[in-house]
Amino acid sequence: MTKRILTVDDSKTMLDMLAFTLKGAGYDVLQAENGQEGLDVLAKEGHVDVIISDINMPVMGGITFIKNVRQNSAYNATPILILTTESSAAKKQEGREAGATGWIVKPFDPQKLLAVVQKVSPDF
Amino acid sequence: MDELQQFKQTFFQECEELLGDLEGNLMSMESGDFDVETLHAAFRAIHSIKGGAGAFGFERLVNFAHTFETVLDLMREDKVPADEDNVAVMLRSGDIITDLVKAAQDEEDLEPGYETETAKELAVLAQAGGAEVDDISDLDDAGGDLDDEIEGLDFEPVAVSLDEDDDGDDAAAAPAAEPVAEGGADLSNPMESFKIRFVPSTEMLQRANEPLLLVRELKATGNLRVTCDMESLPRLADLDASSAYLAWDFELDTRQGREAIDDIFEFVEGDCDLTITNLSEQAAPAQEEAAAAPEPESAVAPEPEPTPVPTEGPKQEKKAETPPPAAAKPKAAAAPKKEAGGAPAKKAVSAASAIRVDVDKVDKLVNMVGELVITQAMLDMQSGMIPSDEYPELISGLEELAQHTRELQDSVMAIRAQPVKSVFARMPRLVREVAAKVNKKVTLKTVGENTEIDKTVIEQLGDPLTHMIRNAIDHGLEPPEEREAAGKSKEGTIVLSAEHRGGRILIEIKDDGRGINREKVLAKAVERGVVQEGAQLADEEIDNLVFQPGFSTADEVTDLSGRGVGMDVVVRNIQNLGGRVNIRSTPGEGSTFSLTLPLTLAVLDGMVVRVGTETYVLPLANIIESLRPLEQDIHSVMGEGDVLKIRGEYIQLVYLHRHFRIPDGIADPSKGLVVIVETEGGAMVGLVVDEIVGQQQVVIKSLEENFGAIQGVAGATILGTGKVALILDVAGLKAMSDKERKGRKPKEIPAAAPPAIESSAPGA
Repeated sequence: MTKRILTVDDSKTMLDMLAFTLKGAGYDVLQAENGQEGLDVLAKEGHVDVIISDINMPVMGGITFIKNVRQNSAYNATPILILTTESSAAKKQEGREAGATGWIVKPFDPQKLLAVVQKVSPDF
Repeated sequence: MDELQQFKQTFFQECEELLGDLEGNLMSMESGDFDVETLHAAFRAIHSIKGGAGAFGFERLVNFAHTFETVLDLMREDKVPADEDNVAVMLRSGDIITDLVKAAQDEEDLEPGYETETAKELAVLAQAGGAEVDDISDLDDAGGDLDDEIEGLDFEPVAVSLDEDDDGDDAAAAPAAEPVAEGGADLSNPMESFKIRFVPSTEMLQRANEPLLLVRELKATGNLRVTCDMESLPRLADLDASSAYLAWDFELDTRQGREAIDDIFEFVEGDCDLTITNLSEQAAPAQEEAAAAPEPESAVAPEPEPTPVPTEGPKQEKKAETPPPAAAKPKAAAAPKKEAGGAPAKKAVSAASAIRVDVDKVDKLVNMVGELVITQAMLDMQSGMIPSDEYPELISGLEELAQHTRELQDSVMAIRAQPVKSVFARMPRLVREVAAKVNKKVTLKTVGENTEIDKTVIEQLGDPLTHMIRNAIDHGLEPPEEREAAGKSKEGTIVLSAEHRGGRILIEIKDDGRGINREKVLAKAVERGVVQEGAQLADEEIDNLVFQPGFSTADEVTDLSGRGVGMDVVVRNIQNLGGRVNIRSTPGEGSTFSLTLPLTLAVLDGMVVRVGTETYVLPLANIIESLRPLEQDIHSVMGEGDVLKIRGEYIQLVYLHRHFRIPDGIADPSKGLVVIVETEGGAMVGLVVDEIVGQQQVVIKSLEENFGAIQGVAGATILGTGKVALILDVAGLKAMSDKERKGRKPKEIPAAAPPAIESSAPGA
């Protein structure tokens, strides 16, 4: 049962690096370039185990995306991590209020990324 | 690091696009023909460039981009006006960013201070707009406040410790005794006790933060005692499933310090009431000083002597100091590399001493070890032909090799093994749901959850178990009234157990229900033509009829399992894994489903037999016994073939030499051997072979890729002799033999069928 992670970020570089780290650790990775695409992917693919999303994106940003996801009860228990370049408490709070489970600071340390993913969605 | 280059390439390509977009946006701003969307787009462009730049450590670029981005952010929020002057600054910044990117790409440095002037201008704007910007003069220093922003890409190799006794009581640990957030569970850290009160709010749950995971993390840091506070728990009728009502009081003894606890609750801080009290602090403030870090120089000493810590410390240290000092050196050597970052060797320990490994890699490893075993077996054989006094070292060397290979094989197999707990864990809920649906009272007991099984087998186990438990509840257990009337407890019990037995895994689902209604089952079987009218069947055979396809004796089709499509599929799936399914039942008392599965899929305990010039391997687990029969025990049944009379029962004989068309195989069983084997359904046949060559573990090689599924053949292996031997599938052989005998009723149970003999261990 390989875990699936949806990564949403408008930077191709970031998506690539996330995919590299996550795939290397054995996860399946789905990608989207903005919030709207993220919703489309979810609608198409159904279940994912973790969502990692950037905040600043065109078309639909991270905060709106997360709010939308949380409205769908199917994802009630799905951990959502925001990617934030700021350590600012305000951004984290904003993310949290939208429904995010936690955060990862960009640029990310691959080990830290994997540790956080494990933290919110561990293998038993 | 090739990937890094690739990423850089992607990044610079992306930058090109972004800078192009930025240019366009800035042009619009200059001409005054722009709106807030333009500002958003410009912001995002710089934001993305900054993100990627940070990942690659392009500090100057990051610094500058950060201030640039801040101003754009303020502009789009209208906190900084996008007037002519400011836009001019934007344009200049755009140029500089472009230059910085190019410099990064060409790996050449622009002269120092290139961007300072404009950076200062940006900073001024930012400050004016209300953003917090460090002292502007700091901008001259390329370092700046970057370290706060960027969690640098620390590709530091993390030394992973796979030692089993590394649970923190290892005095040889790196003596960087500053309380480390993750890991650093070594003795020079004092054991502290914390009292934690944790009251999650409903919001926390809504954000998919699971209290259970947090508790587990706490548990992993040390010794944890938990009390659940259920005071706020309302009556069931008033319970809202998505609200939080529970609170917990924890007592935690850990060496990992307060930071570790803070770390665990990092994400939920605002969403719960959290009180953490360091009891040790109150108790003995002196301890904290005692725990002050001894310098890394002490790492060089073979047995690092941390400052004596009162109370529990010293005792454990003494105890653990005895592990060989040799161990201290490599770890101590690792320590000086790290500074305040903490002991890497220990990090892995507390973080659940595990690594994620791609299943493919493990499979490859298993495969290679399999090949190694084969090669080693061949060497073994050859060594048997060397006179033992001529090359004593060679012989003993090969013996050692054999030993090591065996150990290696065991270890590798163990890697893929996981406790069944994960599959069993789903069952309680299933039981609750099913029991509720059919209005019965059921208790589930699980035994042996820690029994370990190969991962691939575990994955396949879920469905069969689910199906059988459903079956047991739906059909096996009686409704409470019926149970009471029968003098049983109102609540039915299902025991789900797993254990290793005889080199295989035995999983049983035992219920104390009504047992199998044999008349009904038999009648149904006759009705479906599965069994001949009037056939004599042993009880156990009738029981096992429930595994036939399309079989269900449910009077009404309940939507659970009454459709009778499941059982045979379940059986087939188990058989595909190399397992067997069986059922035993006592009317009125209950039934027991048994699943046996091989420990691993790749290796088999086999008995090697010879027929003519051919060698075959029979799975040891299927073998009941082997014997040389007496002539008088062999009977010919008209129109059916030969049977062997043994202990009053008759067993169908299958001549392998005929079956595989081997010209010189022994035709007379009394001159050869009969190996009595048992199929999944419990039926037995006697295989006629020439002789038994021996018993060995064989590595199973699948033939399916090249030959497709062959009835009667489960795979192949290479013996120590280097010869290829086919591994036989007993059930398949029986099926083929039945077909031959009876004409055209492949699923029929033979009339004069032998019962399942609970016989002695397979011949060895």
